[in-house]
This record gives sequence, C-alpha cells and structure tokens, in this order.
Amino acid sequence: MAKTLFDKIWEKHVVKNIEGGPSVFYIDTHFIHEVTSPQAFKGLEKRGLQVFRPKQVVATADHNVPTLNQHLPIKEELSRLQVQTLQDNCKKFGIELYGLGHPYQGIVHVIGPELGITQPGMTIVCGDSHTSTHGAFGTIAFGIGTSEVEMVLATQCLMQSKPKLMRINVDGELNKGVVSKDIILYIISKISASGATGYAVEYAGSAIRNLSMEARMTICNMSIEMGARCGMIAPDQTTFDYIKGREFAPKGDAWDNAVAEWQTLYSDADAKFDVELNIKAEDIEPMITYGTNPGMGIGVTGHIPALTEIDEKEKVSYQKSLNYMGLEPGADIKGRKVDYVFIGSCTNSRIEDLRMVASFVKGKKKADDVEVWVVPGSKQVEKQAIEEGINKIFEEAGFILRQPGCSACLGMNEDKIPAGKYCISTSNRNFEGRQGPNARTFLASPLTAAVAAVTGKVGDVREFI
Amino acid sequence: MSKSINIVESTVVPINIENIDTDQIIPARFLKATSRDGFGKNLFRDWRFENDDENNPKKDFVLNNPTFKGKVLVAAKNFGCGSSREHAAWAIKDYGFDVVVSSFFADIFKNNALNNFLLPVTVSEDFLQQIFDAVQKDADTEIEVNLENQYIRIVSTGAQESFDINSYKKTCLLNGYDDIDYLLSMKGEIEAFETKKN
Repeated sequence: MAKTLFDKIWEKHVVKNIEGGPSVFYIDTHFIHEVTSPQAFKGLEKRGLQVFRPKQVVATADHNVPTLNQHLPIKEELSRLQVQTLQDNCKKFGIELYGLGHPYQGIVHVIGPELGITQPGMTIVCGDSHTSTHGAFGTIAFGIGTSEVEMVLATQCLMQSKPKLMRINVDGELNKGVVSKDIILYIISKISASGATGYAVEYAGSAIRNLSMEARMTICNMSIEMGARCGMIAPDQTTFDYIKGREFAPKGDAWDNAVAEWQTLYSDADAKFDVELNIKAEDIEPMITYGTNPGMGIGVTGHIPALTEIDEKEKVSYQKSLNYMGLEPGADIKGRKVDYVFIGSCTNSRIEDLRMVASFVKGKKKADDVEVWVVPGSKQVEKQAIEEGINKIFEEAGFILRQPGCSACLGMNEDKIPAGKYCISTSNRNFEGRQGPNARTFLASPLTAAVAAVTGKVGDVREFI
Repeated sequence: MSKSINIVESTVVPINIENIDTDQIIPARFLKATSRDGFGKNLFRDWRFENDDENNPKKDFVLNNPTFKGKVLVAAKNFGCGSSREHAAWAIKDYGFDVVVSSFFADIFKNNALNNFLLPVTVSEDFLQQIFDAVQKDADTEIEVNLENQYIRIVSTGAQESFDINSYKKTCLLNGYDDIDYLLSMKGEIEAFETKKN
C-alpha cells in the first residue's frame, strides 16, 4: 500500500498499538533545556528512576540566558538557579550539556541540526513547541509538555495518537524579495492559527524543493503556529549535503548506509492525505503580521482587514487584538513606525538569515530612532558571522550583535521590548505580551526586518532591491 | 494535584475570546520556577492586573469579577495554542479549575491538561454559545460534566451534548493512572523493540 513520509517513519517507531487509545511511540532523540525540564527530573527522583537512555538526550541552555556578558554569572537569581539546576541534573543523570560557555551552546532547534544530531527518519521531541523545526530533515519532530519530558527521560517513549495528514504543495517561482518566512506566514494567514490542528503537515512542491535546509527549517519551525502536530519535508540531496561532515553525522560506510536508508523517505506517488492544499509561489508577497496571533498576516502592501471583512462571531477577539496593537481596522501597514528590530529566534537566527540581513544593510545605517538587536542562534553561528565579517557590517550599521539565546522572542530573559513599543521581529509569535508586557510585535522575514532597521518603518523590500 | 476525575458540577468562569494562547495563560517570565506548584496566582497575569501590579486588578477581567466563579473554565475556540509550556495546565489546575470547555483545543495543551487530570471538554460551537448565553443571563448557571458517561449538561436548561475522549485516557482519568506508570510497565517490550530496531 502506498505510504506517506509520515507513515513510513511512524510505523518504524510504534512499540505497541493500544486498542481504543494511543500508541506506545519510540523517541530517537530528546532535546532538553532549562525551562521545561526541572520538574521532569524532580519527578524521576521522586519515583527513584534513572534516565533510561541518557545518550539519546542532548541538553542546552537557551530560553533563560542573557545575551550580553555570558561569561558573567547570570544576574537574575531565579534564572541563574534554573540554568544551574539543568547543569546539576545533566551531571547527575549523565546527559551531555552544551551549556553557557560551551562552543556548541545555542538555541536547541539551531544546534541539533547544525551538529548533525538531527537526521532523516528520526523521531525527535523536546519540551518546546518549535521542535517542529527538525521536520525539515524528514523527521517526525514535535513539542511536548513537561510530564511527557519525564516519560521520555524514563522510558524513551510517549503515548501518541496518530494525527491526520495534510500536504501543502507550494509550486512555482518565488517573487524577488520573498523568502521562506514569507511562505509560511502566507500559509498560516490562509488557513489560520488553528487550521492544521490535529494534522501532521508535509510541505512539498518545487518552491519547497528549491529552498536551502535553513530556509526549510524556518517553514517547519512555524508549523505549530497553525496548530500542526509537526511539519516535515522529505529529505533529498540538499538535506544530505547539509548533514555530511557535521560533528555527529554518520561517517564512512555508516554514511553510505544512512543515505541509502534516507533515500526511501518520501511520500509514495499515490499516497493519500486527509487534506491537500496547493499554493502558487507567485501569489506570495513579503508578509507581515498586524495582530496578536500568527494567522493575522497580510502582504506588506495590503491593508488590515476592515471590521466588515470579519466574521460576526470573531469581531470581539479581532477588536481586542487591534486595540492591543494600537492599530485601526482597514488601515495600511506599510509606513507604520517601528521602534525595535529583533533578528533572531529558532525561526530566523541561522547564518543564512544573518547573511541576508548583512547583504541588505551593508554600507547603510540604521534609522536614528530604532534599536536593532541581532541575536545569533548559536555559538557556531556567532563564530561564523565574525569569520565572515558580518559583525563589522552590523557594527557599522549601528546594530548590536548579541550572544546566542532565545532572547526577545519570548520575554523570559532580560531582553524585553518595552510596553507600547513596536518591534518588527523575525521570531514566530506575536501574542500579547510575548516580547514583554504590552509590547507590540510585527512578525516578518529577515529582509523585511532589515528594511525596517534602515528606514524605521514597515516597508516593501522590493522597492530596495 | 488531585488525581482521578469523573463528575464535576459547578458554576463557570466564561472567557469568550478565541485563540487564547499559553503565553496569556501564564506569561514566560513566570516560568523560572523549578517546581510545579504555585502557578495559579499568575494565571492570566497580564489580563488580570494593570501594569503587572497585583494591587491593581483590571476590573473588566472575569477573574476579578466575584460574580463568576467555579471549577469550570469556558473559553472560545483554539484554546491553549502556542507554547508547549505545561505550566499553563498547572496554573489553571492550581487556580482551582477541574474542567476547561472549548469548541477546539490546541494539541499540546490538551495532552498537558490530560496529564494533569484537568479535563478538556470539546463541545460544538453551538453548545459553547449556549453556555455563554446561559451564563450571561444568569451567572449562577451550573454545568454538569460527566466523564464516565461522556456528556456535558447545562443544568438550568437541560441542554446536553456528548463529548469524545479516547478510552485509554478515560480509564486513566477515572482511575488516577499516569501514562508514565503504564510506560514503565512496558520496559521489557521497549527494550525488545530497541534490539529489533538496531
């Protein structure tokens, strides 16, 4: 019988099917970080358990770390304690930790792929919803809660129900100035912040095939923003070329065997999906969000929907959202003043993102009344940016290149956007208070963020290139 | 955490807002704790208080309105979207809710709720509206949720709807079983699976 990519990986990881219930589902790789793991380790200790497969767990500190002066002790006491707790737990349970100061430290969804830990055909979980990022390599990868983190630490398994399957085909040529972030913001704006809930989503089509691995990661990363259980892309030569030679990639004969296996990971020609969507790449323009969920996105030349365009039942939520944002229904988004620019997060903090921004701002200066934070996704990205002289370009433009971490994506560490201020952000969520209490977020691509950095306004990158 | 759940009969706290994400339920700056306790006091923190000031409650927010209380939280569609933080389920449970009713739940939140014996009940849009209407008319409206027989009922109107839950999870909730207990009992089979897989 014809199988989907998801089916092929799923079937290889089911330990047992339970009648009328979920399956016992085996997890190959488990990433952990400081915020969602301490209670799980506590649970293990309470039950007197060890970590079942410590070699299949990888840890880093990312959410709650400062992005300046990382060599100094963390100032905030609770944050320091949480990072210390991760360190203690990893030591006690024999888990590899790429913590602060380690050359591999960084955002968990950046370091997994860049170290070659993430490989096609795997099942991957992490106590973080953006675990869907790893699906770009043809994996089943999804976020879990802390109770589930405890289950995986204790047994390397989870109770999982098989989701429905959706395929989204993006075919054709992208317009100039349109990048992978725009593709995913466009998709979410079409199907809404809950449009893929209950589904595993496979992205396919020529426009997806033509993307680099880092661009594919941006797309899979935001699958959760439309509610998807996971997002995935079948591995191909682009995938293999990216993985080859990385620290934990298979070597020698093991490499050849791995690639042979990986080449079987695709949806068969006549495989059935519960839902299939087709999108023309040509229809996508540079995107930006105007509201307080990632589904509230429009092209930069578009207008914020008028109240007459909103379903009666959704009007209260819609008006609440625009009140929070300080925006009027029906207004244009282009030309809106921006106070902060944040380039970073597990969505867009990789070297290609930084190169994209650097190529745009080279020789230009930031607008006077804008503050620009660039936060690399990992120590390795930071190192590469310095080696390539990207840090110099940023310095000359007046940008601040900070140190790796989740930073202003989630308003947890020191990097917060002040109340009432507008931030154009390459991150993944524009929820109320996400970047700090009463902060206002416009989600966009690194290119659109770069335009705002230079002009101080929401602009159309196509007018500049 | 109180384990096992079956019948809940209670007045409700209604929040007729769609897409309530877990950042609203518990903002990230309160995720620094290393224990599971005490998150209830920060439930809906930024919707509850002006400028993060506990002495300055926002009067128009339902949790600050003594008219509405109870063990059942009712919210509009796509409840619990966004971050996977289980702290959201902990905060709701710790505040005193045993049931959350919506027409649609985000996946990860639903699992987190079930793992904490917080029952997510998915109802039709129409039934959800009936609850909001009934509570609007009379804040003392009681809801009966019966897990064993899988129905939810508005006591005053008698309107009733059945809800879905998979039988494995239902057994867990009724008896106070954790997934982890079950998985630990599977260790032998998991090891055999690993041997075969490799």
